[in-house]
Amino acid sequence: MEFLKKNSKIFQWLFLLIIFFALCFAIEVPETYKFIRGQAEFVKDPNQSTFVFAGKEVRYYAFDVFWRLPPLLGWLPIWINDSLFFLMNDWMPMEFWNEDTQEFKTRPLLLQISRNLTAFMTFIIELIREILLGGLETIVAFTSWDFIDANPWAELPGLPWTIVAAGATILSYKLSGKGLAIFAGLTMVYISIFGQWKPSMQTLSFILVAAPLSFIFGLGLGISAFKSKRVEKALYPILLVMQTMPQYAVLVPALVLFGVGDHAAVIITMIVAIPPMILLTLLGLRAIPPEVIEAGKMSGCNNWQLMFKVLIPTARRDILIGVNQVIMVCFSMAVISAFIGAKGLGFNLLLALNQLNIGLALEAGLCISLIAILLDKMSLAWANKQNDYFGNLTFFERNKNAIFFAGAFVVGIILAYIGTFLFKGTFNYLFEIPHNKGISTADFWNKGVDWIFETFFVYIKAFNTWLIQEVLQPMRALYLRMPAVATIVLVVGAGYLIGGIRSAMVVCGLTLFIALSPWWDRALVTTYMATFGVIVSCLIGFTVGTLCFQSKSAAKFMLGVCDIFQTFPSFVYLIPVMMLFGITDTSVLIAVIVYATIPATRYTIEGLRSVPIGLHEAATMSGVNKFQRLTKIEFPLAFPHMMLGLNQTIVFALFMVIIGAFIGTEDLGQYILKALSDKNGAGIGLTLGICVAFIGLIFDNLIRTWVGKRKKHLGIA
Amino acid sequence: MSDTVIKCESVYKIFGQNAKKMLQEANGNVDAKTFQENGCIVGVNNASFEVAKGEMLVVMGLSGSGKSTLLRCISRLTDATGGKIFIEGQDLLELNNKELIDLRRNKMGMVFQSFALLPHKTVVENIAFPLQIKGINTDESISKAMDMVKLVGLDGRENYFPRELSGGQQQRVGIARSLAVEPDIWFLDEPFSALDPLIRKEMQDEFLRLQDKLQKTIMFITHDFDEALKLADRIAIMKDGVIEQLDTPAKIVLNPATEYVRKFTEEVPREKVLLIEDVMDQSTSNELGDLRVSKDEIIENVAEKILTQEKTVGVIDKNNKIIGSINPTKIINTVFGGRKNGN
Repeated sequence: MEFLKKNSKIFQWLFLLIIFFALCFAIEVPETYKFIRGQAEFVKDPNQSTFVFAGKEVRYYAFDVFWRLPPLLGWLPIWINDSLFFLMNDWMPMEFWNEDTQEFKTRPLLLQISRNLTAFMTFIIELIREILLGGLETIVAFTSWDFIDANPWAELPGLPWTIVAAGATILSYKLSGKGLAIFAGLTMVYISIFGQWKPSMQTLSFILVAAPLSFIFGLGLGISAFKSKRVEKALYPILLVMQTMPQYAVLVPALVLFGVGDHAAVIITMIVAIPPMILLTLLGLRAIPPEVIEAGKMSGCNNWQLMFKVLIPTARRDILIGVNQVIMVCFSMAVISAFIGAKGLGFNLLLALNQLNIGLALEAGLCISLIAILLDKMSLAWANKQNDYFGNLTFFERNKNAIFFAGAFVVGIILAYIGTFLFKGTFNYLFEIPHNKGISTADFWNKGVDWIFETFFVYIKAFNTWLIQEVLQPMRALYLRMPAVATIVLVVGAGYLIGGIRSAMVVCGLTLFIALSPWWDRALVTTYMATFGVIVSCLIGFTVGTLCFQSKSAAKFMLGVCDIFQTFPSFVYLIPVMMLFGITDTSVLIAVIVYATIPATRYTIEGLRSVPIGLHEAATMSGVNKFQRLTKIEFPLAFPHMMLGLNQTIVFALFMVIIGAFIGTEDLGQYILKALSDKNGAGIGLTLGICVAFIGLIFDNLIRTWVGKRKKHLGIA
Repeated sequence: MSDTVIKCESVYKIFGQNAKKMLQEANGNVDAKTFQENGCIVGVNNASFEVAKGEMLVVMGLSGSGKSTLLRCISRLTDATGGKIFIEGQDLLELNNKELIDLRRNKMGMVFQSFALLPHKTVVENIAFPLQIKGINTDESISKAMDMVKLVGLDGRENYFPRELSGGQQQRVGIARSLAVEPDIWFLDEPFSALDPLIRKEMQDEFLRLQDKLQKTIMFITHDFDEALKLADRIAIMKDGVIEQLDTPAKIVLNPATEYVRKFTEEVPREKVLLIEDVMDQSTSNELGDLRVSKDEIIENVAEKILTQEKTVGVIDKNNKIIGSINPTKIINTVFGGRKNGN
């Protein structure tokens, strides 16, 4: 009895597991059950049952309620879809003046708004793109095509690549110093020489539009959330879902609202990039010491002065870290939004992957990663930069960077002009190196891949077969074998044991949504892949992290590596794995593992680091050896922080699993990808995205609640 | 005392929902315990006092005693739950936002415990900040701020950023900033608490020098009783939101009103606090010796002289008129007596 009381938590967990397994064995697999592949769900099948809700007919395969819940939410995607179409095509028709036909035309309001927004976005993107690359569109926007025909000289010339490279170098020097300046210069030269200039600048122009807009909106919303509790409460659930929502899933509704192209990509990128900006703005403003705010008030600031002269400058660092986050999200989206027609490196990458041209994909991937690393380092340097006092410097010292840039500008133009004589008849290499005229290493890489395949094919294949047959298939079968009711009992029980009734309710709601959607089976497959990835990632991450922690320089080095890896757009991870493992589940899982190991390692090191020095010394003085110190002191204290790492690992793994659909998986991601090419896909895509987000949120809720309690218990909250 | 600058009439500050309603129902009889049971925390409980022009009122109390809350009610950084506050006759709680901002821009200055400097501005820009907020142009505000830099002895460091200064220097900036608009009323919220003891003493002396020159009306918050004794014209001792005693330092040391106040006074070296005037006999007896001491001397400075006398010593005022007497036994009683056993 005494034992039972002491370890009551363990027995509660055991009891929960016993119930779970009892339910699993008690509920038989229905004979008619099979995992439905491919299009089968959309084909009308006489075995299907139907129900009608709110005028929408939902078809599904009926099973025992204990085995799989009926898809009572099956009407939701259809309804979302219909409402979107209604809003776009029939809602609030109004008269609008049409410039082209010079007459009033009746159009639904939303369609008109969408058109105007589209035109506006397209204009900005084209403007920046043409500053970098040259073109006609901007001038056409102000005049007409006839004007261009009449005046063939009227064209934005575009900047020679030398000027952009010089600009990037000077800016890097100003922000951080020599090291970054050299890196920036080399990156730009590399891009140019390898013939990736045009797509790189297309991507860059896309980011130069999306990032500032996301920043402005994010900052504005962050400020209003800071000022009003009500706004914060309204934003909070959206922020939460957006953090775990796969970026893929948002593409589909955007497709319906804004069509295909760069403008749609920018808008969708904003939707994904604004939430982290809001969060960091809020975080920064919250972290301002109350006395600074009071000092501002006592200086007689009105609300406006207080916000812009006191609060925002004081929270500068966090807000600029937000900018950094925004830029990173933009890069990630630059690739993903290639699915809806964004031009640039992402598009090339996607195309190359589609053609299985690993060499080309690698080149594009390397380019986009280099630019991402560069912009990441630049924005971080900006955030950490402390301003210096310029008052007593001379004009030249104050403006030397601007002067240098002006000089570089002139030199660049002269060089480009000389180039027109040097390269008569061919391309002006001092202006822009065209895509196919640069040095290409694609062949080399492709041959390398072929060589790897020929040499190691047997081993890779053997490993692949072993993994799939011995590990993955059984695991997947086990997950699919779980009856819905048993799963819900397990999850809700865990919620109750960890966070009490409140947590149980939240988790129950999230799980029910997935269970009642038509994609429970798929969600199980997603979960199985994510679980496998997370387990392996955590094993690797915790081990590597712990080992690296033993030496200060190793830990620093590892964190640096994590930083760089995290900068890569997630799609880039697919390239090397496809190179080595071809198109199999193994590829996806390895990409998942590599990607998800980053946060696992990082949080392990950071967690161990966060153990106070005083405790180290106290432990050493009590005569513990290194191993004892690790197991008795550092691990228990670092564990809550490491669990937050687990949380991140899960989110990362889910993202990658969904992206893995591009290689070919049979989970929720496959359906999201399918929804992209489906006329009625908007509702499906969104609902699927919410399902994935909810899987993430279930774990998020459980882990956060546990960590919060544990931290309170340890007194390190 | 001349005209009143700050006047508080039974000011209450109660945190929590329904605070206002509960205060009305309590009918001026606020009991912290019953409020706490109902989810309210009493910050300031029935504070009434006046501060005259040029006077320095030090509010002393331990953490959680409500002293900072009281200051924030008077600067209206928080709104008082009940009672009235008058600044130079104006009802503070009736001011609208614009009038309040005007008042702060022209009449009030405040110094904070953690300095609360703006990290992105240099020393001189920090000091010029309230002036610029007021709408004074850059050149004029900077030149005025430079005067302030000189006043607090930071010349040569005006272009440093706060992060490059030591704690004491940062607080000098804080003081200069609060003085930049030449306010009549000066609030200081534990300005020296975050400083090392040696720097603290230096800053206190500096502060007394400044006050000697500027003669502001001051509310000074501290948790350090010695600091309060050193600086104050009058001291208000607070506990759990209630002002336990409000009096001059000497009277508090000689006649602590409550047990709580007495605990603070026990360890105070009286000879360093009390003046001859505070302990002398009013009667001018005939058997005076030759020695005369001024009534404004601190006991410590003249104790040796008096104790070597056998006869009673005469006490004189500024005009050398004898207004009282003091004998050596009185000095011994004051310094050594009444420590452990009450009086």
